[in-house]
Amino acid sequence: MDQTFLVNVFGSCDRCFKQRALRPVFKKSEQLNYCSLCAEIMAADGLHENETLASLKSEAESLKGKLEEERAKLHDVELHQVAERVEALGQFVMKTRRTLKGHGNKVLCMDWCKDKRRLVSSSQDGKVIVWDSFTTNKEHAVTMPCTWVMACAYAPSGCAIACGGLDNKCSVYPLTFDKNENMAAKKKSVAMHTNYLSACSFTNSDMQILTASGDGTCALWDVESGQLLQSFHGHGADVLCLDLAPSETGNTFVSGGCDKKAMVWDMRSGQCVQAFETHESDINSVRYYPSGDAFASGSDDATCRLYDLRADREVAIYSKESIIFGASSVDFSLSGRLLFAGYNDYTINVWDVLKGSRVSILFGHENRVSTLRVSPDGTAFCSGSWDHTLRLGWAWAAKREL
Amino acid sequence: MAAGSAPLGGHPRVQRPHLSKMERMVVTMQDPDQGVRMRSQRLLVTVIPHAANGSDIVEWLIQKYSIAEDEALHLGSLLVQHGYLYPLRDPRRLELRPDETPYRFQTPYFWTSTLWPAAELDYAIYLAKKNIRKQGALVDHEKEQYHQLRRRISHAWDLVMMQAREQLRAAKQRRKGDRLVIACQEQTYWLVNRPPPGAPSVLEQGPGRGPCMAGRAPMVRALRACPRPPPRPECSHLPRPYLKFSSQHGPHDPIMSGCLPTGGPGVQLRPPGCASVVRSPHPENLSFWEACEELRHGGQARVPALVDAVYQQFLAPGAARWVNIDSRTMEQTLAGLTQPHRHVLDDAQRHIYLLMKKDSYPRFLKSDLYRDLLAEAVVPLETKRRVFPFTRKPRHSSPSPALRPASASGEPVGGDGDGET
Repeated sequence: MDQTFLVNVFGSCDRCFKQRALRPVFKKSEQLNYCSLCAEIMAADGLHENETLASLKSEAESLKGKLEEERAKLHDVELHQVAERVEALGQFVMKTRRTLKGHGNKVLCMDWCKDKRRLVSSSQDGKVIVWDSFTTNKEHAVTMPCTWVMACAYAPSGCAIACGGLDNKCSVYPLTFDKNENMAAKKKSVAMHTNYLSACSFTNSDMQILTASGDGTCALWDVESGQLLQSFHGHGADVLCLDLAPSETGNTFVSGGCDKKAMVWDMRSGQCVQAFETHESDINSVRYYPSGDAFASGSDDATCRLYDLRADREVAIYSKESIIFGASSVDFSLSGRLLFAGYNDYTINVWDVLKGSRVSILFGHENRVSTLRVSPDGTAFCSGSWDHTLRLGWAWAAKREL
Repeated sequence: MAAGSAPLGGHPRVQRPHLSKMERMVVTMQDPDQGVRMRSQRLLVTVIPHAANGSDIVEWLIQKYSIAEDEALHLGSLLVQHGYLYPLRDPRRLELRPDETPYRFQTPYFWTSTLWPAAELDYAIYLAKKNIRKQGALVDHEKEQYHQLRRRISHAWDLVMMQAREQLRAAKQRRKGDRLVIACQEQTYWLVNRPPPGAPSVLEQGPGRGPCMAGRAPMVRALRACPRPPPRPECSHLPRPYLKFSSQHGPHDPIMSGCLPTGGPGVQLRPPGCASVVRSPHPENLSFWEACEELRHGGQARVPALVDAVYQQFLAPGAARWVNIDSRTMEQTLAGLTQPHRHVLDDAQRHIYLLMKKDSYPRFLKSDLYRDLLAEAVVPLETKRRVFPFTRKPRHSSPSPALRPASASGEPVGGDGDGET
């Protein structure tokens, strides 16, 4: 039952060689370990004459302000204004239709299988369970050797799952029905980070995994060999979430972190191609709009926001004065008209993406909602919570339009 | 919980922003003009001023934030659970009752947002006071805690007992009403910081998140060099792509139309164009595209073999399924094949994709084949409400994808789920 949080690494500093507590510092994609004094010096490194950290800070602010002015000059109309003529949505009655009980502790993450029926979930006590959401039966279960399994993903083929957390690794378990086989025996360690694993996702096949970590980086791995194919540096703090673009030719993904930034990356070159910094707190979840032209984010600042990739800016904020707890997880409905968001105040709010208004609020969970995904065919959504349960919901439309 | 001390060259993270928002909320609620209606509450013989009814609190939240009653009740409950409001009667349960139950606002000294460490010593003094006042009749879990603490900090126990007695003596000199209020305030504080077994802890957090360490110098350099975004024509049309996409796919959005999950094939959002492209004059285009996908997302070890196979099938002069790429792309691709890697076919794949998008696909949309497919497509019937939707029908399990034998080449099996149960 031990919970390890961030651990200070002690060792010899790469710059001054003294035995100190070290923190990782990235210089041109290379990771070095500096003691706190050298890290401070490094942060001031590259200052020219007449520059101080304070002067640079104010210059950074003014440059950002100028960029915003330029963007505003392009006379982009706000999304909800253009959507004024769009027909309003009817009343929805969405309720919990199934409850999956079986985890002995907080549910932290879940993912759907492409068969639209099975799902995998992971929890604080290290348990990872594969469920059949229709019969609510548990099909597989494995216990990880670490606690706080914050990331889990289902392989596209449905034949394997990946998970990780405080062990700083991402491991892949093949799923078989052989009763004699111990699932944990076939475990394969794929990713190795220097801090906790916060998110993982298979790309279009079972052969590659994309991971995000508390060490501030994302990485792409080859499953079979465990080889690091590409790493992505740029976040200034822990990366908490990622999502792959749905585009057919696209090769990008978006990540969100504790530095309040959402960054879009090119998977081939490892470069950040776009960055958005309008949130006021940690970004807990990012998800692409179904067409791939935009993405939504949920943050501890109690708002969800929509960012347009072509306009290169935020185009909508989903917030309400009565919502003061952070959004932990977001996902779109199939058509992208609805945005489901799970919050730390135990509720799920459903937003009209185009009009910016809230359509529905769902109660039911008895502790914070930590994860939420819409099923691949868009017929249902599943939410996992710190109250140890997962709940499946779908809607009856009370008002039908013919 | 976060490691390290102050961040270097970066900005400090605000811990738990919802707590400061709650603070502002309760301050607004206590506004003499705009706030919740306060009244004096009589408890036995004492009169406590500045108390508010549960129902008044809920009413105020409904008015102020334009929300429904269930949401207002939920929000009010959260305020009580976090210790910003406390019940005057039965302060052992932190819940909001939408009736005549009186509540008071917690004093800022005990606000959760101050995030005091709530040390063992303080808890010990509190329990000792309670023990003395109640002459040993503590609640079970408190009794247990009391004994544990006594063992753990036995060296400081004299101090604990002395402090407890002093505080009780000082309290006796206050008016009865004040004494009651202070006792309630303290009790609420400890209920939040040391919840009884079974009650959720509102202060619990996930694993610590590190401080933000962005270096300023490189960021400023990047910002200076950042090219201005190119002026885009028709900027006001920008949000229209979403409207178009959502209105096109809205009618097929099962969650919006109330379509039940069937566990089988739903209405496919992706038009069944793939089958048609295969039947079109250039079926090799789709096969080539799929092979490129397999290369990009496949296992690293298979790259050389796959590249070779693709060359033999699609790119070599005289190949069986030769794809028509423009000469420049073909030249570049063939040159790159000498050092094969995952992305060596990206340019060729993009070219073929654009070709399919501009040429084959629009032709398909106008074809008879497509019109026939549309006519056959199953439209989700608006389902009538059934009293017991799923309990009558026996639920059969569908075979798990994991049961299917994995193909030897490791290709993803069971991708799109057409016609499967």
